[in-house]
Amino acid sequence: MNDSKLYRKKRLATHISELPKSGIREFFDIVNNVEDVISLGVGEPDFVTPWQICEAAIYSIEKGHTGYTSNLGLYSLRKEICKYLESDYGCSYRPDNECIVTVGVSEAFDLAIRAITNPGDEIIYFEPCYVSYNAEIRMAFGVPVALETHEENEFSIDVEAVRSKITPKTKAIILNFPCNPTGGTLNSRQMQELAALAVENNLIVLTDEIYSELTYEGRLPSIASLPGMKERCIFLHGFSKAFAMTGFRIGFACGPEDIIGTMMKIHQYSMMCASTVAQEAAEEALKNGRREMEKMREEYMQRRNLMVKGLNEAGLKCLKPKGAFYAFPSIKNTGLTSNDFAKKFLEQHKVAVIPGTAFGPCGEGYVRCCYAASVENIQEALRRMALFVESLR
Amino acid sequence: MNEKILNLLNGNARISSSEIAARLEKSQQEIESAISKMEDDGIIRGYKVILNEDATNDSSVRALIEVRVTPERDGGFNNVAKRICRFPEVTDVYLVSGDYDLRVEVKGESLQDVAAFVHSKLATINGVISTATMFLLKKYKEAGKIMDGEDSYERLKIVP
Repeated sequence: MNDSKLYRKKRLATHISELPKSGIREFFDIVNNVEDVISLGVGEPDFVTPWQICEAAIYSIEKGHTGYTSNLGLYSLRKEICKYLESDYGCSYRPDNECIVTVGVSEAFDLAIRAITNPGDEIIYFEPCYVSYNAEIRMAFGVPVALETHEENEFSIDVEAVRSKITPKTKAIILNFPCNPTGGTLNSRQMQELAALAVENNLIVLTDEIYSELTYEGRLPSIASLPGMKERCIFLHGFSKAFAMTGFRIGFACGPEDIIGTMMKIHQYSMMCASTVAQEAAEEALKNGRREMEKMREEYMQRRNLMVKGLNEAGLKCLKPKGAFYAFPSIKNTGLTSNDFAKKFLEQHKVAVIPGTAFGPCGEGYVRCCYAASVENIQEALRRMALFVESLR
Repeated sequence: MNEKILNLLNGNARISSSEIAARLEKSQQEIESAISKMEDDGIIRGYKVILNEDATNDSSVRALIEVRVTPERDGGFNNVAKRICRFPEVTDVYLVSGDYDLRVEVKGESLQDVAAFVHSKLATINGVISTATMFLLKKYKEAGKIMDGEDSYERLKIVP
């Protein structure tokens, strides 16, 4: 047995070995070794899934609905999804061939990237962003092209900057608004300009709408509903954040028939179908779970207000995010790097926040604080935050 | 704003006015005066603790009583209901649809106590036709709170 480094390198796929570990995972190991941590580091609702949704899952098992579903997912669920996108997002899709149910929106995203990327294709996305975009593009042999978003601009986008990054190799643009980790959103002018740019340059637009239900000051129709977008937009969404269903692992994608069909091939060969029980639960969520979801949204909004006020009072400048459930305060005035800030805060005060750099280099100078935590924990974390920031002066 | 304040108080009557203020982005003073006003106007009638009596030394007895009443030409059920309300043993009174008219909840120190109240006080009120008494044996849920705590379930501390 040859145990040399060279041998091991060959044994593993090079393009995967070269990927860095997720910055969040790295921090995870540190946090796990500290007792009694108050965590603002989660990325999931702290609510339990509304009972009628759980009940639908239990009922599904009782009825013996434990076989496979069609590769695309239960037709009745796809029908509900398309109805929902029509009424709430202004987009119309056919359940037969323009909609696929996936194992969380993460899988939908993975399928979409793999379905459209040829080696060397450039894909534009915005940082700071969810940890997997860069890696997903590289795993598909695409070339990630990151554009920065900035606090001065409320972490929104500058369409001219997007234009300057477009080359003949540009294939697609990834949007994720409301944004994890910044809470940034797009206004309708930006959406229109971006849509026009995509049409003009024949680009595909992936819009990751996983946080769209958690928009606090009125939601605009999706970019997917704008003229010329239907044929080039992949609408990605799921049940995890809106309905507090992270563990059910249910997401979906809607888009042009050729792209959904290609995504379906990968899904068919690698996943077969999403969990049947979870699909039936998701159908219940769309049919009867909206009121519970709205209650949760109201609660998140109020917690956001608490969090943002507390952070600013603690001496960290923090914009009021318009969506998602993260505050992204600047820690620049403490003189620490994001990583040192998060580590020291954890060591000295046992509160976990995520360094902004986990979401891209331009996250330096920020930390992500999730407010999908109990108010008791938020208040205690803020109290400790004020002490910590004071101690750094 | 009042509706939102009431929702919060409904969830936790001991919530501080400063927390309400921060949640709703108002000043603490605005919240306090809104609550005082609702108290003065009789919108808020009081604040009550939701208790798991099994976990305390409370050995009192509770009963639900279904009361059938002859409505009066003037006032319907109101006069009888008001009379029933005055007894301190009576904690809740509702006019309901269905087989009977008033649903009365009574709290006493013992079974005999409650029984005595029913036959000597309640049943003898003019207009009361009949009563049916159901003693409460165990409380599972009150005002949205489940009495037996569920197993705690710890989530991951860090997730993407």
